[in-house]
Order: sequence, then C-alpha cells, then structure tokens
Amino acid sequence: MIKVQKLVKRYGPLTVLRELDLSVESGEFVALLGPNGAGKTTLLRILSSLARPTSGSVQVGSYILPSQGASLRANLGVVSHQPLLYGDLSAEENLQFFSKLYSVTPERITQVLELVGLYRRRDDLVRTFSRGMQQRLAIGRAILHNPSILLLDEPHTGLDQAAGEILDRILTEVALEGRTVVMTSHDLLRSSELATRLVLLSKGKIARSVLTADLDPAQLVDFYKSGLEEGS
Amino acid sequence: MLKKPRLLTALDVLAALVILIAAGLVFFYAPVEQMMGQVQKVFYFHVGTAWVGMLGFMVAAVVGILYLRTEKEVFDIAGLSAVEISLVFFLVAIILGSIWARPIWNTWWTWDPRLTTAAIVELIFAAYLLLRSGVDDPGKRARFSAIYAIFGSVSVPLTFISIRLLRTIHPVVIGSAEAASQGGFNMGPRMKVAFFFSLFAFSVLFADLIWHRIRLGRLQSSVNELRIQAYEKES
Amino acid sequence: MKTFLRSVGAIVWKDLKTEWRTRENLSAMLVFALLVILIFNFSLELDLRARESLAGGVLWATFIFAGTIGLNRSLAVEKDRGCLDGLLLAPVDRSAIFVGKAIGNLFFMLLVEAIVLPVFSFLYSISVFQPGFLGVVLLGSIGYSAVGTLLSTMVVQTRTRDILLPILLFPLTLPVVIAAVRASQGFIQGLPLNEFTVWINILVAYDLIFLAVAIMIFDYILEE
Repeated sequence: MIKVQKLVKRYGPLTVLRELDLSVESGEFVALLGPNGAGKTTLLRILSSLARPTSGSVQVGSYILPSQGASLRANLGVVSHQPLLYGDLSAEENLQFFSKLYSVTPERITQVLELVGLYRRRDDLVRTFSRGMQQRLAIGRAILHNPSILLLDEPHTGLDQAAGEILDRILTEVALEGRTVVMTSHDLLRSSELATRLVLLSKGKIARSVLTADLDPAQLVDFYKSGLEEGS
Repeated sequence: MLKKPRLLTALDVLAALVILIAAGLVFFYAPVEQMMGQVQKVFYFHVGTAWVGMLGFMVAAVVGILYLRTEKEVFDIAGLSAVEISLVFFLVAIILGSIWARPIWNTWWTWDPRLTTAAIVELIFAAYLLLRSGVDDPGKRARFSAIYAIFGSVSVPLTFISIRLLRTIHPVVIGSAEAASQGGFNMGPRMKVAFFFSLFAFSVLFADLIWHRIRLGRLQSSVNELRIQAYEKES
Repeated sequence: MKTFLRSVGAIVWKDLKTEWRTRENLSAMLVFALLVILIFNFSLELDLRARESLAGGVLWATFIFAGTIGLNRSLAVEKDRGCLDGLLLAPVDRSAIFVGKAIGNLFFMLLVEAIVLPVFSFLYSISVFQPGFLGVVLLGSIGYSAVGTLLSTMVVQTRTRDILLPILLFPLTLPVVIAAVRASQGFIQGLPLNEFTVWINILVAYDLIFLAVAIMIFDYILEE
C-alpha cells in the first residue's frame, strides 16, 4: 500500500531523511516511533503530499508522489497535532465546508458526527471545544470522505486519560474498517496496543521494525532504547 | 571550486581596464558640453550605473524564473547577487543624478520618470532583502525571492509607463520636471563614442562583480554544508 | 471546472461566515480607514478647491492602508491553526485556494469601501456616487486584492509577517494606485471622459496581467 525507497529529504544544508526505506501493507496499522528530530513529521508530510522528496521514490496507495499528489489526496485522511479546524465555525459547519471540498453527501456528515460522539454538540463553535473534542472532530474530518489511508501525527498530544481512551476507541473502530493507518507517536504502550506493527525511526532512517504480536510489552522499552543505539 | 578560475582573473583585469579607458574617454576625449559645462560629464557615469542597475534587475527576474523551474541553488545565489549589486549601482546613479541636477536645474531631485522609477526599484530591492531575512528555510527563501523578483519585473515597467504618462498628461508645477522630461542636450559623435563605451565598460564591470558575488555565495553555501556535516558526525 | 468553482465558492463562503461571527477583521479595517481619513483631514488643512484636487489620493491612500490590515488577518487565521494545511490536503486545485481567498479579501475591502465612501463624501462635500467612479474603485480593489492575497500567502510563512506585507506590497501595486487615483480624480473633478480613459484602460490591463501571473505562480508559494 505504501512503498518508500531510498527517500531523502533535505531542507537546505540539513538532511532530515537519509535514504529511508519503508513498506506498509494494506490494512496494517503502523506506529512510527522515534525521538524528536528523527524525521517522523517530515516523513508524514511527504506521505501526505504536503512536502516533496528531495530524492527517492514514494508510492502511497496506487499513487506515485509527488506527481500524483492531487489524486492521492482524495483518498487520504490526515490528522495533525494542530486541529486543522476553523474555531469560529460550528462542528457541523466545519464538516460542511470540507464536505464541499471532498464531494461528500450531507448524510455522511451526520454519520461521522455520530461516530465520533459529537452529534449533540454539532452546532457549537469549535473554539468552545476541549482539546479532546477537537481531536475527535479532526478524526471525523479525516474520515469524512472514506479514505483508504489514514495518517496521524501524534494525535494523543495534549489529551488527558479519558480523552485519550475515547480517541483510542474511535481509532480502533475506524481502523477496523480496513484502512491502512500510519501513526507517529511518543507513547510506547499505547502504540503497542493500537498498532499491528512498531517501526522505529532514528536519525532519518528506519532502525527497527517489529510486529506487535511478536513483542512482549515488557520488552517495549528495550526495543526502543536498543533500536536507537543501533541506529547511530 | 576553491581555486579562483583564471577566466575570472582575466575578467578582473579587463573590467579595470575598460573602466579606465571609459574614464579617459569621458574626461579627455569627449568635448565639454556647451550649456552645462564640465558637470555634464557626470551623465556618462550616471547612465552607466543606472544601466547596470537595470541589467541586474532583469537578471534577478530571469534567474528567478530559472530557479522556480530547476530549483538549482546557483540561480538563487545569482538572484541575490544581482539584487545586491544593482542596489548599490542604482544608489550611485541616483546620487550622480543629483550631482548633475543641482547646478543645472537648481534642485537635488527631479521627479523625472526614470529617476522616480529607479527610486521605486531601490525600494523593491530593499523589500527583497527584507523578505529574505524573514525566511529561515532555504528552499522557501529561494522560492519567495524568485517570485518577488518576477512580480517586480512585471510591475516596474507598468509603473514606469504610468509615471511617464502622468508627467506628459499632467505637467507638474514642481519646477524642474519640465526640463528633465525634455531630455537635455544633443550628443555629438565624440560624445556618442564615450557614451556607448561607458555602457560597455559598466556591463563588463557588472559581469565581473556578479561572478565574484556568485562565487562568494557558493563558497558560503559549501561552508554551511560542511559545518552541518561536522555537527552530525559529532553527535 | 465545476469542482473548481465549487471549491472556490466553499472557501469564499467559509471566509464570509467566519468573519461574520466575530467581525474582528472588518471592524479593525473600518476603524482604521476612518482614522486615516480623519488624520488626512487635519494634516492637510485645505480650502475647498485644493481638497477636490487631492480627494482621489486621500481616498486611495485610505483604502490601501485599510486593505493591508484585512489581508494580513485573513491569512493569519489560516496559518495559525494549521488550516492552510487543511486546505492543501484537500483534492482541490491550488489556484482555487488563491481565487477563493482573493475573492474573500476583495469582498471585505469592498465592504469597507462601501462604508467609507459615504463618510468621505460627507466630510469632503464631494459626490462619489457615479457609476464610473464606483467602477474605478472596483477595478482598483481587484488588482490590489489579487496581488495582496498572493503576497500575504507568502508573508504569513515568514517570521516578520506583519511589517513585511506593506513593504512588499506597496511598491508592486504602484501602477494600480497611480491609475486608480488619476481615474478617480477624473470623475471627482468632472473632467471629460476621453481625457482620462487611458487610466481606466491601464487599470484593466494591470488587473488582467497580475491575475494571470498570480495564478501561474501561486503553486510555488505553497510548495515545501
């Protein structure tokens, strides 16, 4: 589903991604872990067609980036750690706006609002929402057009325990619908519970990759630390 | 890259030579103009430096387009070099214009279309440099600079036409505009020689300076890369 | 084409709705415009005839300063909540974003002008409600909004965004200003039309040229 080969990304003299290789099968839920500055957000931006690779080949779905970026976007849902929502519009109005950009029916809007548990707050302005609610609406926005690929950039940032659990529930339901999901995260435990595979990114390259089924939770921290050492 | 190319050294010599010859022609070969006297000789350098300013401006726009197309860093450096050099040369041109205008028309500034446009171009150059200093990401900085240069090159001719139109349709009562827009004097054959040679000399000077500046920019870029590579090796 | 228009429409509608909820941007523009007119009134203590010959200039200076405020805020809203990314992630043509934002900006500028003009007319005892004059105001605003939208999309991604926009914008839009002032003066002073049609032509030419260049170049501003 996602195939990245020898991806290099440079910002001027700074090299962020160094000949990165990554392969994600259809239906997988991959958690991308790694320290700050490892290149997680950059990789996600490239996969979502917001940034262009300096060199290397990137294929997401059946679309080659960056040339087929526009076609990819119709089939892609993205949740960033910024809400990407308009605070002065209501929840429903936000979804209405995006539904026009993505050619989505009004019934779908209602369906999504119910799915993320915000139907009763649909007429409230987003700037009155808590962070947790904004993230739920953001996920709603991301799945509005039924994309087959979902990219999430540290979606649990700033959420308390309860909100985090609600988010996890939604993510699990949503992912179960057969989507391919790539999520960056700092939360080892949560990632191992949600994802089917853990991938460790360090200094611009993939350092380790392991199926969560094969990994004992007790070994998580070791996996992370040793992977970082290996990568340098 | 480190060693200075022989061609550049040759160009240095050539530039120095033609400027000297041009100065010689202007001061000793060209006759003294009847009405304006010696101060008229400023004119040759005034037009010469203004010509370089314009040249630089056009170069900045062209390499801007080239950068957007190819994303090669050298075009961005070339754009910056052209703007820096033109900024200085236009300034010199404006000052020389004032020196010329004062004894002749008894004013430091004439709202002549060309001079006014030159002042506006200076402001655009200054804006260009301010824009560059406000962007940290080198790729964005190069792209934005290119875009602004391209827009500038479209806008400035329109501005020039507008100002020209303004002066002819609405003759301004601010004293000297009348005389300035009338042009000034006729050029005899010897004057023409000095004039065109000056233009040529300044063009050579521009080529020499911009080559040096581009080279400087590329060296700077290499140093940056080496520095970052060194940091990465350390960690 | 249909999706393009629908996207543009959606963006314009969204901008109008969000602004209407708070009206912050509009009020800032309006208050600023009235202040500028007031300042001009006191700094240029003129007799009636002199006023008439400067009216066009005063008016356009006001519109330009007020316009800058609107432009800055319009793009700042997108940038600050990451909404620009939201727009970029949608399967819409980049130029639809430009056209949508530009139309929104134009609309707000016209709204402010619609309020400022009667006030101006009242204070300066000059009638401005001729169709030709209003046409000039529209043409000038179109050119200004187009270039302004393009530059503010660029500027909002810099560190010095607030001061940078006027510095970049004013020199570039001089042809619009010159032509708009000249054409406005023509109507204000009741000059025969053929004396100043050339300025109206320049305005139209400028608008077309800059819109074309802006649409071609806009993609490059949003790349990474």
